[in-house]
Parts: sequence; C-alpha cells; structure tokens
Amino acid sequence: MAFIDYYQILGIDKKASEKEIKNAYRKLARKYHPDLNPNDAEANKKFQQLNEANEVLSDPEKRKKYDQYGENWQHGAEYEEQMRRQNQSRQQNPFTGGGGQSAGFEGFDDGGGSDFSDFFRSMFGGGGGGRSGRQAKYRGQDFNAELHLNLREAAETHKQTLAVNGKNIRITIPAGVENGQTIKITGHGGPGANNGPAGDLYITFLIADDPNFKRDGSDLYHTVKLDLYTAILGGEVTVDTLTSKVKIKVKPETQNGTKVKLKGKGLPVYKKADQAGDLYITYDVQVPVNLTEKQKALFTELASLNKGES
Amino acid sequence: MGNLIAANEFCVYHDVEYNFINSLNEAGLVEITVVDQTTYIPESELQKLERMIRLHNELEINIAGIDAISHLLQRLEAMQEEINKLRNRLRMAE
Repeated sequence: MAFIDYYQILGIDKKASEKEIKNAYRKLARKYHPDLNPNDAEANKKFQQLNEANEVLSDPEKRKKYDQYGENWQHGAEYEEQMRRQNQSRQQNPFTGGGGQSAGFEGFDDGGGSDFSDFFRSMFGGGGGGRSGRQAKYRGQDFNAELHLNLREAAETHKQTLAVNGKNIRITIPAGVENGQTIKITGHGGPGANNGPAGDLYITFLIADDPNFKRDGSDLYHTVKLDLYTAILGGEVTVDTLTSKVKIKVKPETQNGTKVKLKGKGLPVYKKADQAGDLYITYDVQVPVNLTEKQKALFTELASLNKGES
Repeated sequence: MGNLIAANEFCVYHDVEYNFINSLNEAGLVEITVVDQTTYIPESELQKLERMIRLHNELEINIAGIDAISHLLQRLEAMQEEINKLRNRLRMAE
C-alpha cells in the first residue's frame, strides 16, 4: 500500500489554508467531475482521488493526523493500535485505574462509501462518513465495463448476466447494438459517499470482426465466389445470410464485382425491432484453373470466335 | 406521459430547495408538470435534473453555467456518436 500525498493531488502547499484547500479542490473537481467527463475512466479515478484528498485535508482532525504521521502513517497506525490495546487492558483491570480515556485517535465511522483508497481506510477507517454536518454528499464512482460480442450475438436481442463488483446484473442487450456503443445502467456504479447516490455502470460493447460479413450500421456486406460459367450463363447460387441461407438468381453475363442487394437481410436496426438493414452481396468471379485439354481447346475456340467478331 | 414524481418528495430526497428546480424550469432546462395544484417532475427528466443538482451542489455551478454545460455535453455526445460511426466505417474499409 503506497503513501498518498494528498497535498500533491490537490496541487497545494503543506501550509495551505482551509480556503486554499477548498479553492484547489473546487478547481480540480470542475475539471474531473464525472458528469463533465462521461465515459472517461481516468477522469473518474482522478475525481475519486480529489474527493479523498479533500475529505482528509478539509477536516482539521484528519489533516492533523495525516500531517503528524505523513509518510510514516503505517507506524502511526501501529502506535494507535498499541495505545488502544493498553486502554482496553486498563479498562479490564480494576486495579490499574485510568478509565477509558483514549490516548490515541478517535476512530472514524465507516460511512459505507468504499471509493476511498486502501491508504485512506487504513488511516481513517471506513469511507469517510464519520462526521456529520459540513460534509457534502458525493455521488459514487461510475464503473466502466466492456462486453465482447460477436456479430451474430449483436443481431439478436438477448439477456446477459454480468458480475459487477460481486453483484450479478441481468441486462437486456437490444439487437443491432453498434461496436463501441456505450449504454448506461443507472445506479449500478460505486456507492455514494455520505449517503450520496450510487454511480452508474457504463457498458461498452465491443463487437468482433466477422470473417464473412462486414458491417456498416445495420447494413451487411458479404463477398460470394461465383464460378465463371454461372457468371456468363446465369443460374442460381446459394449464399449465407447472417441467420440462414438463401438462393438467389444470377443474371447471365454478370460482371466481376457486381453487387446485389438483399433487402431486409442485414442487421436489425437498434431499438427498432421491425426494421432491418440490407445485405449487399458482391460477386467475386473465379477464373477456372487446371483446365483439361478439351476445356483449353474450347476456350481457344471461344477466343478465336471473339476475335472474329471484333 | 410517463411516471411523475412529486417535486416536494424529490426535494426532500435530494436535499434541494424547490426554488432551484423552479429556476431550472424557468431557464428551460427541465420540464415540470402541475396536476391538481401539485408540482411533479416527469420521470424522463430525472436523470438530467439529478445531474444538474450535482453540478450545482458539488461544483457550485450557477444556472447559466449549467445551461452552457448541458449544451456542450449534448454536442460532445453527438460528436462521440459520430466518431464511433466513422471508426466503424473505417474498420469496414480496412
């Protein structure tokens, strides 16, 4: 557990007045406040550090303890524990007298807010909720999570259970969700400090590339190999859509790179269950290889016919 | 219309004065509804309103500042959406 320099976090001198601490906190809080930095985990973390620094330095008692022990705060805690034990033994032994006066520090109640560092908890107890009165409520930390889906999963509305900080949350993922899209689950972030509201959970969907289909919004693109003979003479070809296979007619004399639109065979439109994008098929005409002598002869004949016509 | 939350209950819960909500309403930043002489906040406005209260309480931002921030956040959100779309399009072209 590393020592945290709260003065450095707030960018102030160790002799800073209460007003200077307050001003420094306000200035930095305006820069890093989660509401002003949506989906920014780094700013969120910074804001929590600011809150923690402010919690300690704006409270004369906590500041005194922090200043007294500084980097040796761990020894301070040991000393405190030792004194507490001594007091307990005095209270338990009727002959030593002395009563219950604590020579160490008053403990701080655990306010239930768990967004403070291990350093803070080790030095001051819980999440900074001991004093009443002038302490402000702080909204809990926003959590950010990533959820990996494949394209087929993104094509269907489905429910998924996520484990967030030991709690299971069941969410519905609407069909058509975009790669990089973030949804907010209100109130499932970190708990607030001093009875402040809980933060929110932001889930960003990361949709893996599909080997067969490229996506542009709700439209899909798929390249289909087409043999030369079907391309020239026309016919039928079976192509994969995301969910099934369909047979499509190929017009005679289809050129390489020709695009065909299959209406409504793309991805569902996000939160519009009755609408879907289109699937665009691009033909990749395959030139035959390993020709037999007969095939070569026929192609030669075709070539001479072609020359004769031109 | 969706669910309505009584404004006085909201004020007690968030420890905020009704005047503040009224000022936000007058500035066109939040909608409130009056039914049978009781003021309500539509549920759809809650998230926005709570954010404004946090900005006011935690950062001491006044109503003009909240107004400016709300506009900028809306633009930021739209731009992020646009960046995401362009990124995905770029990925398709790769």
